[in-house]
Amino acid sequence: MSEFDPVIIAFVCNWCTYTAADLAGTSRLTYPPNVRLIRVMCTGMVDPQYVLKALLEGADAVLVSGCHPGDCHYINGNFKARRRIKLLKEILPRFGFDPQRLRLTWIGASDGVQFAGVMNDLVAQIRQLGPNQAKLQMVI
Amino acid sequence: MATCVKLKVNGKDLIATLQEFYRSVVASPMADQILAPMLPANGSMVMPTLTEDPDMLAAADPLAPSFPLNSAKMVCRLTRTDPGGEIAAVMRPCEIRAFVELVKLKQGSFDRLLIIGMDCLGAFRNRDYLKFVATNGKDSSRQFYSQALAAKPDADPSDQLAPACRFCDQPTAANADVVVALWGLDCEQEIMIYSQSDKGARLLEALNLETASLPDARERYLQSLTDKRKQLRQQMYADTTAATGGIDKLGAYFCACVNCYNCRVACPVCYCRECVFVTDAFDHEPSRYMAWARRKKAVKMPTDTIFYHLTRLAHMSLACVGCGQCSNACPNDIPLAEFFCTVAADTQKAFDYPAGSDPRAKPPLTEFREDEFSEIVGID
Ligand code: SF4
Ligand code: SF4
Ligand code: FES
Repeated sequence: MSEFDPVIIAFVCNWCTYTAADLAGTSRLTYPPNVRLIRVMCTGMVDPQYVLKALLEGADAVLVSGCHPGDCHYINGNFKARRRIKLLKEILPRFGFDPQRLRLTWIGASDGVQFAGVMNDLVAQIRQLGPNQAKLQMVI
Repeated sequence: MATCVKLKVNGKDLIATLQEFYRSVVASPMADQILAPMLPANGSMVMPTLTEDPDMLAAADPLAPSFPLNSAKMVCRLTRTDPGGEIAAVMRPCEIRAFVELVKLKQGSFDRLLIIGMDCLGAFRNRDYLKFVATNGKDSSRQFYSQALAAKPDADPSDQLAPACRFCDQPTAANADVVVALWGLDCEQEIMIYSQSDKGARLLEALNLETASLPDARERYLQSLTDKRKQLRQQMYADTTAATGGIDKLGAYFCACVNCYNCRVACPVCYCRECVFVTDAFDHEPSRYMAWARRKKAVKMPTDTIFYHLTRLAHMSLACVGCGQCSNACPNDIPLAEFFCTVAADTQKAFDYPAGSDPRAKPPLTEFREDEFSEIVGID
């Protein structure tokens, strides 16, 4: 039986996590190809709608990742993002989405090693959790 | 200091008494015009209507169990910029709560507004109200309020009431300038009006009415009523949670949804001029549908139904005031208010933000603290 290959959608901010991903790449660090990065200017622009769309379309997990507190290029977008994720975490589990399927991390521009580590851990966790049921449902 | 006055009810006619009260408000220096629920000349649906003419107020019918729309949006139209005069508005408690949210969203203003709240007796769904009027004619409102006021506070609410009214646990008018008190009073003889703001106190002083103090019976009635409603509400939360606890159940709950978006149009706190769901972002390429059908084995059309309802939860549940207009507007009787109120109870609790209650509290998504929710950051 082939191993379950999760799809993870990651909304990463241009200035920190995306730069870290770039650094991980140029440093030849390896991480699983399951993560699809979507570059946004700041995590503060990730509307809850984007997360819902990804999960309803069948992503097995969504990661939002931006700058550490104090480092956001738009001053406080990351704090606003944290409130939105908190909100979604109040909503989604009641409809059967495991809380593990929605994650928020802060990875700085120079944290290429941490970036690769987080991706490895996340993919392992979601692999263990199994596929998102919404994937096979007719509902969108 | 709160002022409380009493109004004699002549000939047991509460409606006429309230009409007289409204006339005195418009005659006072505190208001130039009044927005009140009124019957149109030849119709039976009570609509918020603006007037300065005392004669027109003979059509005011604030106790009709008719609630075709949440007037908060109308009050925003009257106050979004300076109306050039003072306006009094007769509003239900949930309309005031919605208005509080809309003011925070810069859609309206308290500045030249005097809110007349009341102990809310609830309302029927549109369709039930129209049937009720067809049977009872001109006597409908009187029949309704006599029965409602005679009911014991801990009795099961009439199942004629809209569900949102049956489980409404905030039936008193917080944030009104003055409140018309009915419960626990001998309304065949007299009703009372008390102020909750300086503006309200000034109005009551200007009206020169006999002062009074609210009887303890009102407090006891209210306590008992809200206890009962809270209990019904908890039961409703439990039932709705069970009915929607999984993506498959959610699909079943909304299986009759035709994406008409009436629920959003009717929702007072959904204030965007153009909802993203009606933009061309949702004009999918035909090939997308084929791809979905292939991937998900089948795809119900129209698509994006659950997506829409979950997005509305994310965007608006923190502001939901439980008015039930979403349910009232749905052509297919989907229990939307139950769904929204159940989830809103959780989201509002998570941010300690009971929507519509504190005009000074900022909407949770417009602010943040640096030291909060650290437990949701990180992946361990
Ligand atoms: S979601 Fe429904 S109950 Fe809540 S404010 Fe909007 S219309 Fe009223
Ligand atoms: S009013 Fe009813 S049918 Fe229309 S979009 Fe809302 S839930 Fe769907
Ligand atoms: S710029 Fe990185 S989170 Fe705002």
